[in-house]
Amino acid sequence: MIKHRLFWPVVALVALLLGNRIVTPGFFSVEVKSGHLYGSLIDILLFGAPLILIALGMVTVIATGGIDLSVGATVAISGALACYIISDQANQGSVGGVLFAVALALVLSLALGLWNGMLVAWLGIQPIIATLILMVAGRGVAQLITSGKIITVNSPPYKLIGGGYWLGLPFAIIVVVVVAAITAVLVRRTALGLLIEAVGGNAEASRLVGIRSRSLIIMAYMFCALCSGIAGLMISSNIAAADGNNAGLWMELDAILAVVIGGTSLIGGRFSLAGTIIGALIIQTISTTIYTAGVPSYRVLVFKAVVVALVCLIQSPAFRAKVFRRRHKRPPPQPKAEVPASDSGDLEVSA
Amino acid sequence: MTPPILEMRGISKAFPGVRALDDVSFRLLPGEVHALMGENGAGKSTLIKVLTGVYTADAGDVLLAGNPVVIGGPHQAQEAGISTVYQEVNLCPNLSVAENIFIGRGKVRWKQARARAAELLTRFDLDIDPALPLGAYSIAIQQLVAIVRAVDISAKVLVLDEPTSSLDRDEVARLFAVMRRLREDGVAILFVSHFLEQVFDISDRVTVLRNGRLVGEYETGALTRATLIGHMTGRVLEALEELHAPGEHAPDSAQPVLRAEGIGRKGGIAPFDLTIHSGEVVGFAGLLGSGRTEAARLLFGADGSDSGQLSIDGKPVTLKSPGAAIEHGVAFCPENRKTEGLVEDLTVGENIMLALQAARGWVRQVTDSDDLVRRWITALRITPSDPDAIAGNLSGGNQQKVLLARWLITQPKLLILDEPTRGIDVGAKAEIQKLVVSLADEGKAVLFISAELEEVLRISHKVEVLRDRQMIAELANEGLTPERILATIAGGGTGTVAAEGAAQ
Ligand SMILES: Nc1ncnc2c1ncn2[C@@H]1O[C@H](COP(=O)(O)OP(=O)(O)OP(=O)(O)O)[C@@H](O)[C@H]1O
Ligand SMILES: [Mg+2]
Repeated sequence: MIKHRLFWPVVALVALLLGNRIVTPGFFSVEVKSGHLYGSLIDILLFGAPLILIALGMVTVIATGGIDLSVGATVAISGALACYIISDQANQGSVGGVLFAVALALVLSLALGLWNGMLVAWLGIQPIIATLILMVAGRGVAQLITSGKIITVNSPPYKLIGGGYWLGLPFAIIVVVVVAAITAVLVRRTALGLLIEAVGGNAEASRLVGIRSRSLIIMAYMFCALCSGIAGLMISSNIAAADGNNAGLWMELDAILAVVIGGTSLIGGRFSLAGTIIGALIIQTISTTIYTAGVPSYRVLVFKAVVVALVCLIQSPAFRAKVFRRRHKRPPPQPKAEVPASDSGDLEVSA
Repeated sequence: MTPPILEMRGISKAFPGVRALDDVSFRLLPGEVHALMGENGAGKSTLIKVLTGVYTADAGDVLLAGNPVVIGGPHQAQEAGISTVYQEVNLCPNLSVAENIFIGRGKVRWKQARARAAELLTRFDLDIDPALPLGAYSIAIQQLVAIVRAVDISAKVLVLDEPTSSLDRDEVARLFAVMRRLREDGVAILFVSHFLEQVFDISDRVTVLRNGRLVGEYETGALTRATLIGHMTGRVLEALEELHAPGEHAPDSAQPVLRAEGIGRKGGIAPFDLTIHSGEVVGFAGLLGSGRTEAARLLFGADGSDSGQLSIDGKPVTLKSPGAAIEHGVAFCPENRKTEGLVEDLTVGENIMLALQAARGWVRQVTDSDDLVRRWITALRITPSDPDAIAGNLSGGNQQKVLLARWLITQPKLLILDEPTRGIDVGAKAEIQKLVVSLADEGKAVLFISAELEEVLRISHKVEVLRDRQMIAELANEGLTPERILATIAGGGTGTVAAEGAAQ
């Protein structure tokens, strides 16, 4: 079981949750209040929903051997466009109007993904550079849409997406479950996952077996942008406002971290959807811990960094080997171990 | 007997599910060339990696000049006087040739390094530019550069894991000359090769491994080919000799499967003509860098051609990409398995299915894959036989078999094999040659490229001779000998068909 590649991410998540339980006794309790589920665990899922979505997109891009730095910007643009359209409508509460706004925002997100994908797959620009363009320019676009202001909306149907309930559950959680399920089916019930892993694992070999890697790569970036777009809707819906400047700020880093903590190597190739979701939950749990434990705001960043570092260390086979070996008798003078070439990904979880 | 410079005692090493080495001992004397022999997956590379500290042994000791040592990694091994060329060339393709030769060797004066590199390369008669990136050269040249690097580190122990797998006679002869000189200087050389002739030619003693266990240590002079094969395989191998000659079934001469007219690419290969019929095995013979691979790549659309016309089954086609070639029933197994073939992260089964799956597109997942994969794993005797094993962990020869399976499973009309037996042991080599012959008997066309002329001659109906990136002759394989081919390459002999390299 220790060999399973989700073992250590799950251990980290459970440890974090238990830690919270010790500090906050009521942490695990979930209650029903006026037909809705409440509790810290539900909160983690609810507030973690956008991150989970973005991380799902990110992991498919990373699997192709790329990376997408523009997810935060896409979050801002999508939220800005939806709020702009709704705020412009005479009846903000109209379901049709909201659907129209949502559809347009998602179409725009897909177009942004297409842009990223084309830069990478057709022009051969390094993914980090290609998506950096949109990362920087995207916030400008978002502010252009909102004319540099924060647009607030008052639309019950829109509020549902990120802040409402359906069948007793937060709607955002339902959206995440649906998206995750569709993704899992698409990736593992078709050959999509295998082909993406092949492209990320060895691009030249993939070309020589006849894989059309360009369209796969473009699809991955579009999917990632779509996920970011949905996340952008959730975030702006939750606060009933679009903030082009701050919405989704630094989320690309959290998403990348979630992917890596979930056991997917940044080099590309093999990837794990379940691991990524767990990785996102770990990060969200850390954030929740910070608030529930009342960590003073000036210590938040350091606290988060320390926890993330610990999580990464637990998962590093090299680190575990060292700690483990120390407790056993060791052979005579052992010079500093050199990492074998095949083992260079520090965060790789042994398969 | 002189005391051994290097001794390994009771080495064991297990990987999840595999005992790669089980209580293996090994001695290397100063001034000897010692061949380490065994079938694919016997544990040769693992023993070498334990020696150089890439892997930590589960048990056992290493003694250098009588003193126990713990070698923590390749760099330390080098400092301890053990210089190694690993089986899979692991230099940096984006660094220059000179940089690759000198990097990681303490302080280097880069200005002089280039001149020194050029000097070293000429010692091997290697006419390449030390300033160009290594990746610009073929895998064989890269292998030579790795050897040049290893030889130049004045070491007490030189370890060469299949250094000759993609070299042709001249390079091998040159390498052996250098090895003999080093041997005279007292360097101990550990050498792995699947070419028995080379082992008998150069080695003084032989250690044989089988399934991770030591079979024995022998004086080369006391061994025959048959006894050595017997030690390696544990069975008497008569199968090797009975390989039937080509041409039992005459190829179907009606409609060529593939016809190339004036196909060429600037800087790659001069325009050439070629026809391959169904049931025919066509061999490409030529020295290193003669353009064999370049020609094959044009026929597969791996590189675009800038002249000429290709037709498949009589219909003109343009192959813009490998995908297009595969749709037309052409398959290409490239020579460099690490960079162009295997996806090391994926499992054996996934690697085998990859070409078939790519052809079907991503929507329709190949569902009956398990059976197919298992059948080919058994047919090619891939070890471990577990389809879920990570491909990158397989031994070199077994990785090669995985790639063969990948293409055989697609049932191509034309199968292009570029050095398919590279790094494959004697028994499996014979099996692959047999397989090629039987594929042709079934009506498939095969294009077979190998640096080993005997192998090309054993199975081809006709042989295309290449030199200096030109196809210079087509020889029917009737009483053809390696000498005749070499003479043709040297410019002395004439083919049955006149030289057609005039296109330039
Ligand atoms: N990193 C690894 N992880 C798991 N198994 C491994 C690893 N490296 C080697 N093996 C297994 O150990 C066995 C010995 O492999 P090794 O590479 O030493 O064979 P070899 O004798 O060099 O074969 P070849 O002639 O094909 O190169 C094989 O069964 C191989 O699959
Ligand atoms: Mg080997």
